[in-house]
Amino acid sequence: MLVFRLTTHSSVPAYVQIVQQVRQALLAGVLRPGDRLPTVKDVVSELAINPNTVLKAYRELEQEGLVEGRQGVGTFALRRPDGPPPAAQAALTRSLERWIGKAREAGFDDAGMESLLRTCLMSSADEAIA
Amino acid sequence: MTAWAKPAATEPAAGNQHLAVATSGLGKQYTRGLRARSKWALRDCTLEVPEGRICGLVGANGAGKTTLLRLLVGLARPSAGDVQVLGQRPSDSGQFLREVGYLAQDIPTFRRWSVTDHLRMGAALNPSWDAVATRERIQSLDIPLDQRVGTLSGGQRAQVALALALGKRPRLLLLDEPVAALDPLARRDFLSTLGAAVAEAEGHLTVILSSHLVADLERICDHLIVLANSRTMLAADLDDVIASHRVLTSTRRDVGPIDRQHTVLRVEQTQRQTRMWVRLEGPLTDPTWDSDELSLEEIVLSYLEYHPPADADRGPGITNVAHLGGVS
Repeated sequence: MLVFRLTTHSSVPAYVQIVQQVRQALLAGVLRPGDRLPTVKDVVSELAINPNTVLKAYRELEQEGLVEGRQGVGTFALRRPDGPPPAAQAALTRSLERWIGKAREAGFDDAGMESLLRTCLMSSADEAIA
Repeated sequence: MTAWAKPAATEPAAGNQHLAVATSGLGKQYTRGLRARSKWALRDCTLEVPEGRICGLVGANGAGKTTLLRLLVGLARPSAGDVQVLGQRPSDSGQFLREVGYLAQDIPTFRRWSVTDHLRMGAALNPSWDAVATRERIQSLDIPLDQRVGTLSGGQRAQVALALALGKRPRLLLLDEPVAALDPLARRDFLSTLGAAVAEAEGHLTVILSSHLVADLERICDHLIVLANSRTMLAADLDDVIASHRVLTSTRRDVGPIDRQHTVLRVEQTQRQTRMWVRLEGPLTDPTWDSDELSLEEIVLSYLEYHPPADADRGPGITNVAHLGGVS
């Protein structure tokens, strides 16, 4: 059975955290097509969170076609999300490791690198909108 | 540093959702002693809570939280305005009280009675009593049924009181700081039980829960009411609250253009920098402000720390609250 965890001091809303964890579990194969997701009541009892938060997350997953709610039975996993192919991920990891090496040499610490990455992500998101 | 703000308007619930609670201009005035000046414990309270929500109620001590809850359950009569609870005006009629549960701040129980005695009382007093679910709820928490309630831990006593309040199958449950005295584990267990009951009711149970513990409210609630100085500062869905509040930072400049479009809750000016806590009333059109999200804690604090400006007529939407005193 899938067990969720939540960080409250995060700018990521609770329902998005659940969506991401289901997606991650499907990608990793922890959750397979046909498996039942925990019921809303189970998740609420476990995490002491609002039932509507869980419902909202499951609705979003349903809209993405990753899970299916069956009336009176529960919510079931349907398919793996279309993630990046494993080969692409490996290649990107290697180039990122090289980049981190260079950043360290240039005197960046972890926090400096994170903030640099965030800035670049934000400006590329802006470009995508503009 | 200067700090000032406008009291907030409340956002009406969307569409034709069923409302568990709707108040309009609701106020309660108390007179203490024959010659004492009367004080408003709650004033101009206009808000809506849609059915099926868990609504957090926050405010400083004396802000009017208990008064609001007592007005909703019919233990106090309004001095002004109107209140509708589940489509009815609160009263002591059996029909109304069957649908509303209320757990007062001190968690009243009979210390010398056993848990079973309490369950028997609940069954005798409430025609819609759910004996099976109530017993199961208490047994699943490993609370011994034959033990005197006075010898239970604070957390267990709170759970028994919650089980009693849920046992009558209310459509609205009002809880006045039920977790204030509990340790973190007991608090989480209490809120888990509450959340599970709301999940089971599938939209037919609404909860209003007053608490100072914003982190708890952030998890368990999907609606929020903030009271300050006996007035409603905010009443909205939690997601909208988070989405509509920002802290804006820039090199020192005039706050006027932002103030005209949005609601400025607080301003910090230094020689070089201007920082504002803002409720956005529309899109933020000026990209030169550095805009950051606010945590719920920061949002709540910015409403609670609100001090009215010396000149109360600063602009539209500002109401003079300086003469108001809080009565709890």
